[in-house]
Amino acid sequence: MLVLGQDEKAKYPFLADAGEYLKDKGFSLVQFGSDPVLKLSVEKALHRIKVASAGGIYKSDIDKDGQASKDYVLEREVFSFLLAIVLIKLTGMSTLIKRFALAEARRAEIYLEKDLGNASNKSKIDLATRIIYDLFNIEITKENDFFVIPVSDYLKHSVTFHEREWKLINRHVENGKVFLTPDKTVRLIRKELGNYISSKIINAPKPSMIPGLENIVDELISISKKLTPTYTITTGEYPPCIKHAIDVLEKGENLPHSGRFMLATFLLSKGQTVPQIVPLFKNAPDYNPRVTLYQLNHLAGTSGSATKYSCPSCEKLKTQDLCFITKECDNIINPLQFGKKRT
Amino acid sequence: MNGIDIKFLEDSFKKYYFNHFDLITSPQRTSEREFGYQKFNSGMFRHISLKDNKELHLLFIQNIPSDVYCSNAYYAFPNSPMSEKDWKEADLIFDIDAKDLNLPCRKNHTISICNECNEVSKDTGQCIKCNSTKLEKKSLPCKNCIDASKIEVNKLSNVLINDLGIDKENIHVYFSGNEGFHVYVYDSQFQQIGSKERSELVDYIMFRGAIPETFGMKKFKPNRSLFPDFNQKGWNGRFSKYVFGSKSKRSKIISELLDNGYPSFQKTLDDVSENIGVKIDPNVTMDIHRIFRLPGSINSKSGLTKILCTDLTKFDPYADACFLNDEPVEVLANCPIEFKLKNKKFGPYDNEKISLPTYAAVYMICKKLATIA
Ligand code: SF4
Ligand SMILES: [Zn+2]
Ligand SMILES: [Zn+2]
Repeated sequence: MLVLGQDEKAKYPFLADAGEYLKDKGFSLVQFGSDPVLKLSVEKALHRIKVASAGGIYKSDIDKDGQASKDYVLEREVFSFLLAIVLIKLTGMSTLIKRFALAEARRAEIYLEKDLGNASNKSKIDLATRIIYDLFNIEITKENDFFVIPVSDYLKHSVTFHEREWKLINRHVENGKVFLTPDKTVRLIRKELGNYISSKIINAPKPSMIPGLENIVDELISISKKLTPTYTITTGEYPPCIKHAIDVLEKGENLPHSGRFMLATFLLSKGQTVPQIVPLFKNAPDYNPRVTLYQLNHLAGTSGSATKYSCPSCEKLKTQDLCFITKECDNIINPLQFGKKRT
Repeated sequence: MNGIDIKFLEDSFKKYYFNHFDLITSPQRTSEREFGYQKFNSGMFRHISLKDNKELHLLFIQNIPSDVYCSNAYYAFPNSPMSEKDWKEADLIFDIDAKDLNLPCRKNHTISICNECNEVSKDTGQCIKCNSTKLEKKSLPCKNCIDASKIEVNKLSNVLINDLGIDKENIHVYFSGNEGFHVYVYDSQFQQIGSKERSELVDYIMFRGAIPETFGMKKFKPNRSLFPDFNQKGWNGRFSKYVFGSKSKRSKIISELLDNGYPSFQKTLDDVSENIGVKIDPNVTMDIHRIFRLPGSINSKSGLTKILCTDLTKFDPYADACFLNDEPVEVLANCPIEFKLKNKKFGPYDNEKISLPTYAAVYMICKKLATIA
């Protein structure tokens, strides 16, 4: 396994061995329930989970290069991650695992991208490529400004993406290799990174309750319970195009603007409110709550403009590659008609 | 097909098998493959596993099959039902068939056989005798079709070697035994990829699903410096050659493309796909559980052998893949179009009784254009 420096552990805390790390630092888990200094790490852990469960990415106290003014800041970064896992395990809520893993994957992505793109520092690039190799068995090499990976590895990861940009034909391919920019390289393994982190959480042994942390665990349980309903949004009988769009968003993949437009107008027409719809977009790679809210209000006709937008026709959606027609669609001309018996 | 014709075909095939076991060799890692075969007028026998060449030859002798197949996939248990075979990997295979190339010559060498009244005529949409539209089409040898298929094979090899990094030695081209070629790729990085991934490779090779941005066209603030150039590798370079033609015209054509705008650039891409995309059968490459005609076996659609082409340029299937003997046979032939086999001309025949060399008789009987007299 990789040997990591303190700053690297802060950037990629999921690579650290939790038990060993604590032992190295001379602490035991129980101390976090009572020691007032360590309590700061607990608060940080709680914050980290809360941000993740709200669909955001936790902002570290370290800079993009993993540097911090004081050593204990780095230490606290790792502690808070390890403790977050302990807390989540104590709640036993799988929704929290899912959200936390996704958010942490996003956070790690930022550093991986930075490390890969760091033309001046070869050791940083090496570390990032090593991580990708160790975790996902993808061999990445650098060629000029690009990262190249075998076409077969590229395909294994990219086939689940829906955007046409990810089709092999839209990549530079040469000599059995695909050429990628740092951000695309990292984007390619997003799902695996999320899976890796969540499997790490799932496989971690469930600790016994740490005296002093009961209230925090209770608080997290109630947060998690409030989250669960947003996922039931998909259970109605939605047409394939809408199901697909929701699916894409839930996986944290990018849905083109036209797709978001279709989804939002569809749900609005079905009587959902803007606050009900917002959470759907939280996993989008470029999620920005303010912009999303503004756009949705705009579509709903509740903000400035007086027009209320309606859901595009099936024909229009076909031209936008958003239609995933099945025989249930039954010759309807607009997704809104889906499932309604017509006479 | 009647019993006498079947007997004749089986006898001819049997002779070929006996004399040409040298051409019928089991593929590498024989015991991990699934084999299958058909007999004349019977269904398919599949899920057969064989240990080696000897067992393979035995299958030919014991069954006198009309067609023999072998999987490109390797399995842990090749003779189990599909769901229990335990797929390990599969060679990459491409099918290039003249009938998919939409060539203008097709109608000149296609024959229609009416399913209702058996009337044989030149290519029509409707039986000239009974007006039925239930017609079976049979295509006769055509050099143009073969030449066009060879061009596709070369285009494919080019992409495989230059873009996908495959060693030339690992690409084997076989004549399919009828009107096309099967291209096998062994030991590549793609052995273990699944069907979805193969379908992506297919789109790449066929030039399908390209977006304007990939070839330099942007929706907003388009910029001429982003367009492809001749010296670029992969599709960018091929795009340049096709769309710009020559270096001197590049600049002018880029201006035109920019003037026509983003939406019309998609049409340019469609045109590129149609003209320089490689015309392979996507379903064949995507299917990782298929069985393919075994090299060295006879194709019962024609009586020609599926055979390795070592020199594609010189290869003439209607001479080089025709291995049956010249012994004369009396047949009743009905074939309105002339054709060539082993450099000899045959036909046209208007329901006449004639004597033909065995290879030509077999060819015509396989195509339902003759019966033993
Ligand atoms: S036919 Fe209409 S409703 Fe069905 S998937 Fe396509 S766009 Fe959606
Ligand atoms: Zn007829
Ligand atoms: Zn032809």
